[in-house]
Amino acid sequence: MTNKEKKEFSGLLIRRIISYVVLIVLSIACLFSFYILLVNCSRYHADIQKGFSFLPGKAMVKNFQSLMSDANLPVFKGIRNSFIVAACTALLTTYFSSLTAYAIHAYHFKAKKAIFTFILMIMMVPSQVSALGFIQLMRDMNLMNNLIPLIVPSIAAPIVFFYMKQYMESALPIEIVEACRIDGASEFRGFNTIVLPIMKPAIAVQMIFAFTSSWNNYFIPSLLINEKNMKTLPILIAQLRSADYLKFDLGEVYMMIAVSIFPVILVYLILSKNIVQGIAMGSVKG
Amino acid sequence: MFKKKTSCVSYTKWGYIFLIPFFLIYTVFSLVPLLSTFYNSFFENYMSGLSHIGPNFIGLDNFTKIFTNGDLMTYGKNTLILWLIGFVPQILVSLLLAAWFTDLRLKLKFSGFFKTVIYMPNLIMAAAFAMLFFALFSDGGPINDILMDFGIIKEPYRFLTTVVGTRGLIALMNFLMWFGNTTILLMAGMMGIDTALFEAAEVDGAKSFQIFRLITIPLLKPILIYVMITSLIGGVQMFDVPQILTNSSGAPNNTSTTLIMYLNNNLYSKNYGVSGALSVILFIFTAVLSLFVFFRLNKKED
Repeated sequence: MTNKEKKEFSGLLIRRIISYVVLIVLSIACLFSFYILLVNCSRYHADIQKGFSFLPGKAMVKNFQSLMSDANLPVFKGIRNSFIVAACTALLTTYFSSLTAYAIHAYHFKAKKAIFTFILMIMMVPSQVSALGFIQLMRDMNLMNNLIPLIVPSIAAPIVFFYMKQYMESALPIEIVEACRIDGASEFRGFNTIVLPIMKPAIAVQMIFAFTSSWNNYFIPSLLINEKNMKTLPILIAQLRSADYLKFDLGEVYMMIAVSIFPVILVYLILSKNIVQGIAMGSVKG
Repeated sequence: MFKKKTSCVSYTKWGYIFLIPFFLIYTVFSLVPLLSTFYNSFFENYMSGLSHIGPNFIGLDNFTKIFTNGDLMTYGKNTLILWLIGFVPQILVSLLLAAWFTDLRLKLKFSGFFKTVIYMPNLIMAAAFAMLFFALFSDGGPINDILMDFGIIKEPYRFLTTVVGTRGLIALMNFLMWFGNTTILLMAGMMGIDTALFEAAEVDGAKSFQIFRLITIPLLKPILIYVMITSLIGGVQMFDVPQILTNSSGAPNNTSTTLIMYLNNNLYSKNYGVSGALSVILFIFTAVLSLFVFFRLNKKED
């Protein structure tokens, strides 16, 4: 090794060490709060108050049971409501966004370009700015304290549409569409039996995103729902926060947070490879 | 495609038919509410005690009201500050990480693991994350316990009673939730850069920082602008984290009340005139930002 090569090698080594240190610090920052959550949701109230421990306790099952039977906080119903909303949203939004994207991708009609531009333009309008009109309309339609307004609007999801459109451009050549026309399949059946299976990878990624964002959604649900048995998990978390914190069993408080967070983390860890790949695809091409 | 032009015509109607669900649902659940929100902004319509005042047409009075009583400025400023102190470290860290992940000489191991971990907080329920931070950073919570065990502080630091503590926690949560996402977007941008440019620079003896500053950053400019503006649009919508962390009070003394928290308060108190005016302003602001992104991206494609 010449002197210059040695110098370069040690420079690279130092840079490598620095980057590992920074990455490890950031990973710890990301994981630390969830680790404490995991520890504390398994400890007794009295132990949590005594001080912090790095080791889990033995009260996980007990905390879970007492949370589920808490009379003030209908957590079981909350999980059920959140799950119904998130699952239906995931199904509807991926199916209809694929259908919309297919209409733009596979057909030629006059208004096509204008419609595509329109959908792109409305993509970034935040749902909060129409919240006032939305809750007034839901009140007029008698849909307050109902899960329908949390599910049905997801049929028109410009961001999911855009992702599907991008995916079709790379994975759905027009020849395939034409082939099923020659076979005499009706257009709608062709979409269901041939196009949807090809879209499976994109649908899976978007289903996960739609499920989590619906599971986590707080703003609109909190304005529409105030009946105890229709509340979703984020509303119950807010209710827990506004109650007198010190009166609560801390094991239960941590368990409530854990119930809202860990299912998503679990699904994410199982499917993380697809998700991380999928994030960049929906955005602009650099 | 052209040889079957005659048959194409008969398929055209299916294009329109397949668009019906989207436009029907969009019109009913988004467009009509948006227009009726705008309509509301021109009316006096609120609850005074138990009596309902309005709706009476008052033109632009709701707008002048929120501009002159300082509410819009105060909460707009809060939102901007909270966004900035989360975004600046986020973009710097993400640039650094993206550069490392895509550096061919560095050859980082376990990069899949690191990417998985740093992206994870993005999928967490913001409300639950804020509740978790509230519990962790409370006066007798684990963070204070740890800091006292290590002898860093003598008595509990009351994070949520100070402006710096509250804003710092909100920014920290936003940082943790979004830096992984930004890193992955920037990485995609960096991988799109022709590697021949890096190789040529290396042959010419450029150091890695020079390559980063003189090649990566300029070529990354479009995606940096995209990231910044989408983050700003997201920042304007900041709600869950400060709402839950401060129990909707914006404590201390409304220094962490964001624009959407202000909107939320007005919707709860059935103050529809002001809510409408605020929504219109937020709509215009986000629309201008979106159009900017839209035209920049389109220009690039042409």
